[in-house]
Amino acid sequence: MLLINRRQLLGSSAIALLLSLQSARAAIIKGGLPWIPGAADPPTRVTPDGWQFFNAQEAAAVEAFVDRLIPADELSPGGKDCGCAVFIDRQLAGPYGRFAGYYMSGPFQEGTKQQGPQSPITPAQHYRKALAALDAACRDKFGGKVFADLNDAQKDEAIGGLEHGTFKLGGTDSQEFFKLILKDTQNGFLADPIYGGNRDLAAWKMIGFPGTHYDYRAWIDRHNQRVTLPAIGIADHPNWSL
Amino acid sequence: MALKLPHKDVVIIGLGWTGSILANELTDAGLDVIAIERGPWRDTATDFLISYVQDELRYRIQHELFLRPSQISVTFRNNGNQTALPVRSWGAFMLGNGAGGAGVHWNAETWRFLPTDFTLKSHLTQRYGAGFLPQDMTIQDWGITYDQLEPHYDAFEYLCGTSGQAGNLKGAIQTGGNPFEGVRSRPYPTPPMKQGYGHTLFAQAAQELGYKPFPQPSGNLSQSYTNPLGVTLGQCTYCGFCEWFGCANYSKATPQTTVLPVLLRKSNFEARTECEVMRINLDSTGKRATGVTFVDSSGTEFEQPADLVLLCAFQLFNVQLLLMSGIGKLYDPNTGQGQIGRNFSHQTVSGGLGFFDKDKYNFNPFVSAGAIGMCIDEFNGDNFDHGPLGFVGGGYIGQVQTNGRPIETTAVPPDTPAWGPKWKQALRDNYLSTINCGAACHASMYSYRDVYLDLDPTYKDRFGRPLLRMTIDFHDNELKMSAYLTDKYAEILQKMGAKQVVKQPRRGPYDVTAYQTSHLCGGAIMGTNPDNSALNIYLQSWDVPNLFVQGATAFPQNAGYNPTGTVGALAFWSAHAIRTQYLKNPGPLVHA
Repeated sequence: MLLINRRQLLGSSAIALLLSLQSARAAIIKGGLPWIPGAADPPTRVTPDGWQFFNAQEAAAVEAFVDRLIPADELSPGGKDCGCAVFIDRQLAGPYGRFAGYYMSGPFQEGTKQQGPQSPITPAQHYRKALAALDAACRDKFGGKVFADLNDAQKDEAIGGLEHGTFKLGGTDSQEFFKLILKDTQNGFLADPIYGGNRDLAAWKMIGFPGTHYDYRAWIDRHNQRVTLPAIGIADHPNWSL
Repeated sequence: MALKLPHKDVVIIGLGWTGSILANELTDAGLDVIAIERGPWRDTATDFLISYVQDELRYRIQHELFLRPSQISVTFRNNGNQTALPVRSWGAFMLGNGAGGAGVHWNAETWRFLPTDFTLKSHLTQRYGAGFLPQDMTIQDWGITYDQLEPHYDAFEYLCGTSGQAGNLKGAIQTGGNPFEGVRSRPYPTPPMKQGYGHTLFAQAAQELGYKPFPQPSGNLSQSYTNPLGVTLGQCTYCGFCEWFGCANYSKATPQTTVLPVLLRKSNFEARTECEVMRINLDSTGKRATGVTFVDSSGTEFEQPADLVLLCAFQLFNVQLLLMSGIGKLYDPNTGQGQIGRNFSHQTVSGGLGFFDKDKYNFNPFVSAGAIGMCIDEFNGDNFDHGPLGFVGGGYIGQVQTNGRPIETTAVPPDTPAWGPKWKQALRDNYLSTINCGAACHASMYSYRDVYLDLDPTYKDRFGRPLLRMTIDFHDNELKMSAYLTDKYAEILQKMGAKQVVKQPRRGPYDVTAYQTSHLCGGAIMGTNPDNSALNIYLQSWDVPNLFVQGATAFPQNAGYNPTGTVGALAFWSAHAIRTQYLKNPGPLVHA
């Protein structure tokens, strides 16, 4: 295992030649292309054990939710078995969950639709609040049951109500939450399986995307023919674990 | 107190396409050159690896290679009556970061503008009369002609190895090329790309409708190529991960694959990365730049003195640095006075979806490339009679679908539920048999009196400097044009055999969350005198003659093509003027 993460390398002496004396990251570059073996920065593979962001009740609700957005049928396993809840959990525990890289200076004020989202509420905060509100609203509406304990028809009724703004959540915009969890679920379903969703490439096999083969020169001329290569993801690449 | 660094002949702000080209030209002329780059160093062997670069979530959805709005953003409003608010996450455009700039993540669609694009105001006025143009439209001639720029378009294409089919070779129209293009002195350096099934069907349908389709000029190369600097690029593998991604295969023309390997070996060149220029410094007369002040990632401030300053940042940040350095006069939309911030423009992009019978059509959308595609130019610029139509401008129309990446490119028919079993079924039934080309109509955006840039009164960047403020909306002229072009595109989709066509014309108001291309233009435009421009025709500042401002900042309005070919040509044009005129006699190259 020779893969060295660039972040680990920054602390080592190997890269010091590139760095200016005054700074931890700024570099003076001259004399040739500064290439260092093993300085690449591959993603970390998600393993599906435990939860990093959700508590047990939130996890149960999200697993039940993604399993209705993407129900199991003859086309693919359901959202839960495809790992969509694990995907969302890891995303919320990481940079995405805290709007890392976003412009987050105030003042925060409501603008027009064309000006884009202006809320200081991060996705992690949004889920925490909305999932609690979802279970509370379900208890009120469905005889004391939380979302995960509803039957499929009730779950679909609740989700449809969020989608159309008729099932209100206390303290949070139900339609905004619906859009957020739908986008995150579909991203997890369709992203590379290295991030925890799309387990066993279920979504890619379903639609006919053979994945990250990198070289399709043999196929560009073969018009209207189904590509017969087996589906692969990033971590299936033979170079991955050199 | 800034640490003062040893004097250099030239300081370059930003190491993207224009900074790399200018640095290479001026080091060739024997000058000692330093480039200051805000983002990190990036190169193919380290940063764009075959084993993980094909990652849609990381690079497309989560913007890994781009500038972060937390570093610097812009504010936006549709008009002067609104309060501008910050762009908190990129949407309508994506801004590059690091060595190579936007030249790393572009699709490499490498176009030339039409000859009449450069004489736009006088051409349209002559053909249709001055009264035909909207009163608040502020288009103008560039001050140079296509013929003057032609050798420099050629230089950029031969640097990149651009793959294409000439349409007008020394005045002779060529079969299979774009018959509307300006005269080209020699063929493209490499033959056109191969085309996928959807691209080929589009060309057949277009031909049947009487148009003259041609392959899009591509900086993803159809074959390996060694450029005049001796740098070799590889053949494109049609992997379908081009725009938003670094190319692991050395087959997309970028500063990294064409210029930087040569530039970095020169003893008279040095780059400083993760260093942000705060301002261009002026002497007491305000008419001469003395260098720049920058801050590195540890917060240490440096002063870099130099004889010549080249502003080569992205269009928005060129304008911002001019304003923050007190160079030129801020544009006032009420009086029309002032040149900095004026004639800001973007692009008017539209397209549509074509759903085909899944049992008969399999497009393999993932077998693709950034600049693949077949196009027609019958509705670009003034290639068609606008008289009866009541608008000006246009764009190329094409099947230029670059990818089949599952998150971004899956499309379902409009009546499909957003979730559940019917959504899944529709996803599966349409992925392989849909033409999904959001940028099929790549059209112009002309300039207007009330579309401009200035500094925001409220929002600041991480150094406490005011963000640039965009005031921009679509005008009726552009919306009419977009509807017209989208109808033409839909007719071709129908002719291809689509069972359902969904038209997506551009609609107002301008929306900063809806991606449209990153082709932002203007704000410090070129022209013939200081009353109509910030820069002379050599991109030299009228106010500070030892400052040249590169890039699409200089475009008086945007044409119906991707701008990078013209940005590259202008960089060679400007470099040529500096080498052959300015260095011999530093001072204004045009006397006002």
